[in-house]
Amino acid sequence: MKRIYMDHAATTPVDARVAAAMKPFLSQRFGNASSLHTFGQEAKEALEESRAAVARAIGAAPDEIIFTSGGTESDNMALKGSLKRGDHLITSAIEHHAVLHTAQYLEPQGVQVTYLPVDRFGLIDPADVEAAIKPNTKLVSIMHVNNEIGAIEPVAEIGVICRRRGVLFHTDAVQGFGKLPIDVRKMNIDMLSASAHKLCGPKGVGLLYIRNGIKLAPLMHGGGHERGRRSGTENVAGIVGFAKAMELAVKDMKKENAGMKTLSEKLVKRVLAIPDSHLNGHPQTSRLRGRPAKRLACINNFRFAGIEGESLVIHLDMQGVAASTGSACSSRSLEPSHVLTAIGLKHADAHGSLRLSLGRGNTAADVDYVAKVLPGIVENLRRISPLAKGK
Amino acid sequence: MAKQKQTTYGYSRKVLEVFRHPKNIGEIKNPDGFGLVGNPRCGDTMSMYLKISKDGEDRIEDIKIKTFGCLGAISSSSILTEMVKGKTIGDALRVTKDDVIKKLGGLPPIKVHCSVLSVDALKEAIYDYYKRKGRKIPKDLEEVHKHNLQVRESIEHMH
Ligand SMILES: Cc1ncc(COP(=O)(O)O)c(C=O)c1O
Ligand code: FES
Repeated sequence: MKRIYMDHAATTPVDARVAAAMKPFLSQRFGNASSLHTFGQEAKEALEESRAAVARAIGAAPDEIIFTSGGTESDNMALKGSLKRGDHLITSAIEHHAVLHTAQYLEPQGVQVTYLPVDRFGLIDPADVEAAIKPNTKLVSIMHVNNEIGAIEPVAEIGVICRRRGVLFHTDAVQGFGKLPIDVRKMNIDMLSASAHKLCGPKGVGLLYIRNGIKLAPLMHGGGHERGRRSGTENVAGIVGFAKAMELAVKDMKKENAGMKTLSEKLVKRVLAIPDSHLNGHPQTSRLRGRPAKRLACINNFRFAGIEGESLVIHLDMQGVAASTGSACSSRSLEPSHVLTAIGLKHADAHGSLRLSLGRGNTAADVDYVAKVLPGIVENLRRISPLAKGK
Repeated sequence: MAKQKQTTYGYSRKVLEVFRHPKNIGEIKNPDGFGLVGNPRCGDTMSMYLKISKDGEDRIEDIKIKTFGCLGAISSSSILTEMVKGKTIGDALRVTKDDVIKKLGGLPPIKVHCSVLSVDALKEAIYDYYKRKGRKIPKDLEEVHKHNLQVRESIEHMH
């Protein structure tokens, strides 16, 4: 059976060129970057080259980058490392759980948290950020790109506000990293989280950019790696892979984005031809009359009235298509996706959600295949649903 | 020998089989009994239609369902219709969620509530049948009905 992967917002395959760059560091060049001997020095060199490369790609200095175990750790460190009792945090209702659950963990410890609402496309109004700032506001944490519906948040505008008001600004850039240009100086970003496995790099490697001068309490105590900010022997192979993945992404960014836009437009058009189907998220995926893109083209989230997402995703998988859903039935908590709820969807509408997230490996033929099998699956599920209209 | 892998997507092979080809799907025009129930946990919905024999034996001559829900809900409701079709109401009411789960080769713990929903849908349809016939309604059916009304009210806002 044909197998098509359309869940790139969950994770991506490691690019062959990335795997090739990593390989020597899994075998011959296995040294510990803290060791004095040649093995160690080779590892150290590769580590620092990687650090310089990713720093350059986002306009940062090498010593402003620390490598972590992934986006989750970076988000945890940005929040837990900067907030203490009595501080106020401003974040949004649609953050990844790595931020939201960390904020919820901090609340009973005396950190005040404001969860900003979003509009029906998942977009935050920078004016809401400004209005929420209080004398004890220490940190604003707003994601760059939402992982469920692809909303691109106005981080540059938020950055300006935070800098002017003297509060720290962290952005979870995991989904947009390597897809949208980032310049931490121009965008007034103080801290930024990223993760390698979303851009064809390996799992279990991430980074946190911390602007010079910002002191964070470490999460990991130990041998004092990463200039004392994150102890633990560095995952050199993973870090080398991360840097390579970023290099490839930046080199081909324009070309890949154009390709994704074409694929996404085709996909959205074909899927929305299904009766009673809707796009969750903004239709505009590129710059338009001077206004920036509002949604990342790779992330396409739909909903189909009257059907349930787990059933939909499993039928798709049985026909070879890997996708995901924000349905309550498929979540461990039996609650619908907090993102879909925040954009104003009713429980039953969130139920029928389907995320098709595109990536480097997808082709027009893949989109054709999905567009061919999806209508039949939706129709079958509607045929057995008491909530579907007609028939 | 190593035990064969029994599950996909966390479900038994039987659940997947029933999910692929659910039985007794649809509606019955002018049913003798009708039940609509909602799932208090995730907000899903089932509707059940009954045709009951006129020979005084109260046999379920025909049964149809429609389900809005996960694999657990779709497979539970389908298998239940197969289990009770042709049975008398008395026998049908003795089918429990555990019977349904057993017939399905098990359900993930988090999906047990979906099988409860199918059994409740049947009870609700039988309640409706008794009501239409002006019969005395057993206490447990009365309770299921009351519970169901509450649930439906609380999940109304979900739809
Ligand atoms: C927006 C966002 N933040 C954080 C994470 C967590 O990253 P990681 O899987 O590397 O821990 C993810 C992905 O799962 C994500 O999409
Ligand atoms: S119907 Fe929602 S979890 Fe089964």
